[in-house]
Amino acid sequence: MQIKCTINNRIFVEDIQVDMLLIDFLRHLGFLSVKRGCDTANCGLCTVWIDNKTVLSCSILAVSVNEKHVTTLEGIQDEAIEFGKFIASEGAEQCGYCSPGFIMNVLAMKRELVNPTEDSIKHYLSGNLCRCTGYMGQLRAIKKFLNATRGGCLSESS
Amino acid sequence: MFTLKDYIVPESIEEASQLLNQNRNNVILGGLLWLKMGNKNYNKGIDLSKLGLNTIIENESSIEIGCMVTLRQIEISKVLNTYFNSLLVKSVKNIVGVQFRNCATVGGSVYSRFGFSDLLTALLALDTHVHLFHGGVIPLEEFINMTYKKDILIKIIINKDTRKASYQSHRKSATDLPVLAVAISRYNSHWKISIGARPNKAMIALKSSELLSHRPDQIESACNQAVSEMKFGTNIRGSAEYRRELAKVLIRRGVEEICR
Amino acid sequence: MKVVNKGIDKLDAMSLVTGKPVYTDDIAPENCLIVKVLRSPHAYAKILSIIIDKALKVPGIECILTYQDVPQKRFTMAGQSYPEPSPYDRLILDEYVRYVGDPVVIVAGVNVKAVNKALKLIKVNYEVLKPILNMEEAIDNSIVIHSEDDYHLNFDIGNDVKRNLCASGSFKSGNVDEELKSCHVVVDEQYHTKANNQAMMETFSTYTYLDYNGRVNIITSTQIPFHVRRIVAKALDIPKTKVRVIKPRIGGGFGAKQTVVSEIFPAIVTMKTGKPAKMIFNRFETFCASTSRHEMKIRIKLGADKEGNIKAISIYTLSNTGAYGEHGPTTVGLSGHKTMTLYNKASSFKFDYDVVYTNTMSAGAFRGYGATQGAFALESAINELAVKLNMDPIELRQKNLLEEGDIMTTYYGETLTSCNLDNCINKGKELVGWNEKYPYRRISDSKVRSVGVAITMQGSGISGIDMASVQIRLNDDGYYTLLIGATDMGTGCDTILAQMAAECLECNMDQIVVNGVDTDQSPYDSGSYASSTTYITGMSVVKACNKLIEQMIVEASKILIVQKETLEFDGQKIYNSEKSITLDKLAQKLVVGDGNYLMANASHSSLSSPPPFMAGFVEIELDTQTGKIDIIDFFGIVDCGTTINPKLAKIQVEGGIVQGIGMALYEEVSYSTTGKMMNNSFMQYKIPSRLDIGNIHVNFESSYEPTGPFGAKSIGEVVINTPCPAIAHAVYNAVGVNIRSLPITSEKILLSIINSR
Repeated sequence: MQIKCTINNRIFVEDIQVDMLLIDFLRHLGFLSVKRGCDTANCGLCTVWIDNKTVLSCSILAVSVNEKHVTTLEGIQDEAIEFGKFIASEGAEQCGYCSPGFIMNVLAMKRELVNPTEDSIKHYLSGNLCRCTGYMGQLRAIKKFLNATRGGCLSESS
Repeated sequence: MFTLKDYIVPESIEEASQLLNQNRNNVILGGLLWLKMGNKNYNKGIDLSKLGLNTIIENESSIEIGCMVTLRQIEISKVLNTYFNSLLVKSVKNIVGVQFRNCATVGGSVYSRFGFSDLLTALLALDTHVHLFHGGVIPLEEFINMTYKKDILIKIIINKDTRKASYQSHRKSATDLPVLAVAISRYNSHWKISIGARPNKAMIALKSSELLSHRPDQIESACNQAVSEMKFGTNIRGSAEYRRELAKVLIRRGVEEICR
Repeated sequence: MKVVNKGIDKLDAMSLVTGKPVYTDDIAPENCLIVKVLRSPHAYAKILSIIIDKALKVPGIECILTYQDVPQKRFTMAGQSYPEPSPYDRLILDEYVRYVGDPVVIVAGVNVKAVNKALKLIKVNYEVLKPILNMEEAIDNSIVIHSEDDYHLNFDIGNDVKRNLCASGSFKSGNVDEELKSCHVVVDEQYHTKANNQAMMETFSTYTYLDYNGRVNIITSTQIPFHVRRIVAKALDIPKTKVRVIKPRIGGGFGAKQTVVSEIFPAIVTMKTGKPAKMIFNRFETFCASTSRHEMKIRIKLGADKEGNIKAISIYTLSNTGAYGEHGPTTVGLSGHKTMTLYNKASSFKFDYDVVYTNTMSAGAFRGYGATQGAFALESAINELAVKLNMDPIELRQKNLLEEGDIMTTYYGETLTSCNLDNCINKGKELVGWNEKYPYRRISDSKVRSVGVAITMQGSGISGIDMASVQIRLNDDGYYTLLIGATDMGTGCDTILAQMAAECLECNMDQIVVNGVDTDQSPYDSGSYASSTTYITGMSVVKACNKLIEQMIVEASKILIVQKETLEFDGQKIYNSEKSITLDKLAQKLVVGDGNYLMANASHSSLSSPPPFMAGFVEIELDTQTGKIDIIDFFGIVDCGTTINPKLAKIQVEGGIVQGIGMALYEEVSYSTTGKMMNNSFMQYKIPSRLDIGNIHVNFESSYEPTGPFGAKSIGEVVINTPCPAIAHAVYNAVGVNIRSLPITSEKILLSIINSR
């Protein structure tokens, strides 16, 4: 089936099998930041945005993004670098395999939540698993990032 | 891995229904989260996303939740954060993560009638009907126990009463499926106790609810009654024995929360 | 120190956080054949026939292999130095399948759909055999799991395979039985730890191709490239010269990738077809067809006098190695030697063990490697002993603690050259507020807050066996290339080894280039496991850099025409009071004409394995009506010697504690009554999310290890050991029940409370 969609502000017209998952479609097109960590929609590694909404690309048919806008980490490199520096300075990328999906969701959170508390940050990101860091370094990085880039988050937890 | 031969986005619900009934292996696509984990070979996948069923509408006397509404929409819905002490919001917010809830649909969750469903447990404690394309508008309680007929669940209709409600669940870890889920509501003096993940699908503890409606001071008896009138089972998340103990505690906490 | 002991960013950080394609599946060519494996649905069976005709006809299928098509030379997948202690009990494909998930048929085709279709069309007839699923029923069972004639052992490990005994052994010092009789109090309990999954985020991933020399190139996500080279060559029955292994970036390992899991399948497909092939395990396979932590039942007998002087420690460990013996004979030792050594003052010790085969997935390496299991048992027993003595558990520990200078009877007779554990304990006690919070405080009708404690040790490399070599080169323009065979699996070892080089060479980090591992290019290293990289490879870096400086001085003396003994190197130049040459200039001269390109090599191994130490303190809130535990705070205070990179060391501690919390509270590989793994996904096997861990706090109380680079020991594994016993202790302090079987679920707690009423 032929679909037309926008990925990272570039238009793609592709003929694909209808049961192809979005994650495989994106990786096939070379958007290799999108990672697969599980088969049960439980790890958050494959997170991308569809029309700016944060979703699991492992659980979406590629054909269903017809006429839609998809964003992967390749499409927001400036922001990835900006936030990534905070992650790096905590050493909290570690193996880095969960980083793209995690960063996509952090940046989605930044767009969606205004001055989030520590608890609402954890809640928003709870679907992003990481086995290396123990999450604390990620939280330190997020707080510093939010504080540096705009009014920031409330430091006290609710 | 599931396979799919064809993908169609119908323009009307009639067309969707016609497509669904054309072939035994045609299927309505919800959030795909569960469907894609199976190994079935499907013929046509029917995507309802063009039918305007992705909204939560507040009417004079009811709240209508379209089948394509995502769990995340429920979570951030103003109206659902206002009514029933945010019961539905509380029931969905522990489900995996924001991205998952942005994919998972109400139609998929309710139609599948999974035992572990938080949402089903909560909806059951409200005055809820489902609107099926062929089956018409029927009470959720009836729908839950119906055999799986091919039909399209168009929307959920919740009577907008002044019901107070409480959601209680126990999970081994924060984002896991529940070991036990309990939703309780009180409308005037009428109580409803819904228990899910027993691990079988949610049910109303009828006798217990009735007992409490007549004797609201008899919380302990109501808890014991619920445990004795319902079947609890053992699965990987917990034993029947533990679930019975949990049920008593969670019912009591729910009732106390509402009475507070 | 200018570079060492500084929190420097990881060298690869920015490419990781921007999502660059650096992992195995990202760099595999598009034209790779897709390799998948048909797996046994039975826990134990003999294959009677395999019918592949229909599958072969599926368009796009290029290769289908059964046990009749693969070399029949037994090997072990365990990534250990040769000769491996693990038995040679595996074939690539065998006539017998010994657990649900054991490979039966290898299928390769041009795309996933074709391969999936072919897999469905293969018919296998089995003679289903009765399995052994319970490790306590293994020894002397009439069912024998390995009855093959060509079962092979490299040396005596106390094996008796006809009895399903993979390994056994004993250690004794003093007379424990006599000593226990005279003890005022004795604790005698059994503790049960479960199989866990390492659950690194990147699944097992490998691609292979034949190069222009007809050699099979294996690009793989591994902790052990050099062992992979040897093991694959052995399994495929080809010379090692025909195998090259390349390790790109890895998405975590935690020991899972210290075993050859995915490599052989695409390698044999490439050998048979001549075509590139790749195998990317899905998460189900990663759970149910790899290796887990060894399940152990550990019986502790512990005796003390009235004053709380521990007199005797006896440990018996029964370890479940599953269907194959990977790491079975070695993990078990740590459950004794790396636990009771903490109480080195005791006068008698006894440690016996049996490692048994069962028809469950093979166990293997997982961070902590037996010490974690042992720590749960012994530290829990110590806490129970404190109760019996009516003594504060911290006081009991400090009274009996090993000390610097001790000869460690139960730790291979090594002398303890660095230890700051006592201060770790003091610091943790202060931070958690022990004096105010021990044992518990009631918060409400249903909530209790309590604290718990445990201490632990690990090793730093395997003494006398782990070996690392390093090469450092001086390039034109005066920058260096550091070649290592140690494998950065996300931990940052490339960075910390470069930090050590920069410190030695008195230069900036950006003057050091470090590359991933390629067995054709990199010097030999046994691999990144057993907490060896910082300590062993690090020392090798120091040696190599010092050699290079010597060489540079010699060359400079020739150019400057001065005595080399007069020259000094300050990172920028080589000079004496009269003459000087800059590093740039020297480097340029050495690569022109009759120059001398400088490369310094060094190898290192250590006769000792100095233990890092840690004290773990937890505060929990326990719901006494549901048994639910909320972690409030966890304090990890660590003595890993000098922290080469405090920032990365801290993340190691935080990550290890969180893995330990998962193991303590809910992680457990479960099997059905027929031996099928019931939780083979992240939906059913939950690892901690960021909502499950409370606050983790890390402090370092560093000693200085004289045999380590810049005083460093190790950190990777010791950090996972304390959560299980500390949380079990906190549960006891809250509600008075001892949970001796992991995980410490709410269900166990509540039912124990009810039963103890």
